[in-house]
Amino acid sequence: MQKVFGRPEALADVPTHYCPGCTHGIIHRLIAEVIDELGVRERTVGISPVGCAVLAYDYFNCDFVEASHGRAPAVATGIKRASPNSVVFTYQGDGDLASIGAGEIVHAASRGEKITVIFVNNAIYGMTGGQMAPTTLPGQKTTTSPRGRDPEVAGHPIRICELLSSLSGAAYIARVSVTSPANVAKARRAVKKAFETQLEGRGFSLVEFLSTCPTNWGMTPVEALKWVDDKMAVYYPLGEYTRVPEVG
Amino acid sequence: MAEKVLMKGNEAVAEAAIMAGCRCFFGYPITPQNEIPEYMSRRMPEVGGVFLQAESEVAGSNMVYGAACAGARVMTTSSSPGISLMQEAISYMAGAELPCVVVNIVRGGPGLGGIQGAQSDYFQATKGGGHGDYHLLVLGPSTVQELVDLTMEAFDLADMYRNPVMILGDAILGQMMEPVEMRKRPPRADLPPKTWATTGAAGRPKNIITSLYLDPAKLEKHNLRLAEKYNRMAAEQVRYATHMTEDADVVLVAYGTTARIARAALDRARERGLRVGLFRPISLWPFPYEALAAAAAGAAHVLVVEMSLGQMVEDVRLALGETKPVHFYGRTGGMSPSPREILDEIVKIVERGA
Repeated sequence: MQKVFGRPEALADVPTHYCPGCTHGIIHRLIAEVIDELGVRERTVGISPVGCAVLAYDYFNCDFVEASHGRAPAVATGIKRASPNSVVFTYQGDGDLASIGAGEIVHAASRGEKITVIFVNNAIYGMTGGQMAPTTLPGQKTTTSPRGRDPEVAGHPIRICELLSSLSGAAYIARVSVTSPANVAKARRAVKKAFETQLEGRGFSLVEFLSTCPTNWGMTPVEALKWVDDKMAVYYPLGEYTRVPEVG
Repeated sequence: MAEKVLMKGNEAVAEAAIMAGCRCFFGYPITPQNEIPEYMSRRMPEVGGVFLQAESEVAGSNMVYGAACAGARVMTTSSSPGISLMQEAISYMAGAELPCVVVNIVRGGPGLGGIQGAQSDYFQATKGGGHGDYHLLVLGPSTVQELVDLTMEAFDLADMYRNPVMILGDAILGQMMEPVEMRKRPPRADLPPKTWATTGAAGRPKNIITSLYLDPAKLEKHNLRLAEKYNRMAAEQVRYATHMTEDADVVLVAYGTTARIARAALDRARERGLRVGLFRPISLWPFPYEALAAAAAGAAHVLVVEMSLGQMVEDVRLALGETKPVHFYGRTGGMSPSPREILDEIVKIVERGA
């Protein structure tokens, strides 16, 4: 019998610790599918963050490095510069990338590091129990913004794609979500473009996923997906933000 | 024998690293070590290596972490405030057992401090620096030649033990020019292959590099295994030099630049008929406790001299216990003791008697 659907080779056959309704699993799978499709599993080195995806090294079937909080783009830079033939990607949450690692991500993008960044934005600190993130929406309640995020006090959420797309080294920047089969298909195409950008040596690439955290948002998985569409995607519009300019 | 060339300490350390096969350098400008990244930016492209000026010491040291993961011979250099910023990555590299060489051209602190030479980072270098149960191998050269030789050897030691190695210099050593012999030093032939490196899982199971062990029983086991390694380093890497300690009534203990000043004081003391010797630790971790106890066995007094308010002196007291008085003389803030000041201390100790 012909096998029409199976586990990507780049995804390890192990259960994950992710909460029900969290979209990390879908995002992992999309990356693994793209790695398989491009035939680069044996050249790929992933870098996991500090956050919910800290154990991503157990879930992917490729070489993996665990970085300190926020430093994944610097670690990726070291790996890629020392071993330019490696395909290097980081997998980072919003606290990791947009807060403590804001310096590292800006400079990696500005240098045009030939790495791919998967940025998973669920507007909250998941692993530590639901604290306010740099991407927490105005008015959103978290354990450290119990009355809702007040921009007067806590500042405004950071739009990473818009920020990074102003940098000349950023060759491919896109924001996607996985709230519907159509969005999943678009997200997969963006991940593929990001890895292709790296393989073609065109510069820095990043795909931001608007993701869910039903546990810390206090929602059902279905409500969480709807909240991504209705609230997050309004503040963080989906789409491609930059492409490397044509030469000539 | 190779010809001697006149080189500044900072440039010599850079060339030594290249001669030892270092092909990746990440760093951030900070005085008084800027000649190192400047030299590397010029030389690395010539040898097909990587020079990258990082956006911060935090990022630079994590680039070192990445390059070490890829199996490269990698180095970073900085000075005290920058080394403080690197402690995160250093702890992670110790935990993940990644080889690298870190050079600290020490300046006065605390805080922004100053830019003159000091030895006030001894505690940070030898007693931890970052979080967790770990040790660096710490070497304290006292001449530009020794800086070159130890830097070259540091890459082998890092690979041998899969551990960061720190060269603890100071601004004086980094800025002074001395004749040096640049002896090319290929990597030792007996180094273990880097089968653990994350270079892509081609034809082998995936490699994972991490310092995360959520199960405390596993973390304890990991730490105990690291401790076994540190014990092996402590047994195998004790280094020191002695000068005229055999008949000494007063043994001076000093490392790095201060040992040279102490040596000048020793010569003047001997001219006066005072029996003074010098014990110079070269490995600061592991500290040469037993060798010091043996070298000072016949002495009535020990005088520790440092460019700090007294850090290594604690290790000297650990080595000697209550067997004899351990005196201390130090200058701080980027000031260095003069031979005259040390001689005065020696005279005071001798005149005061027990």
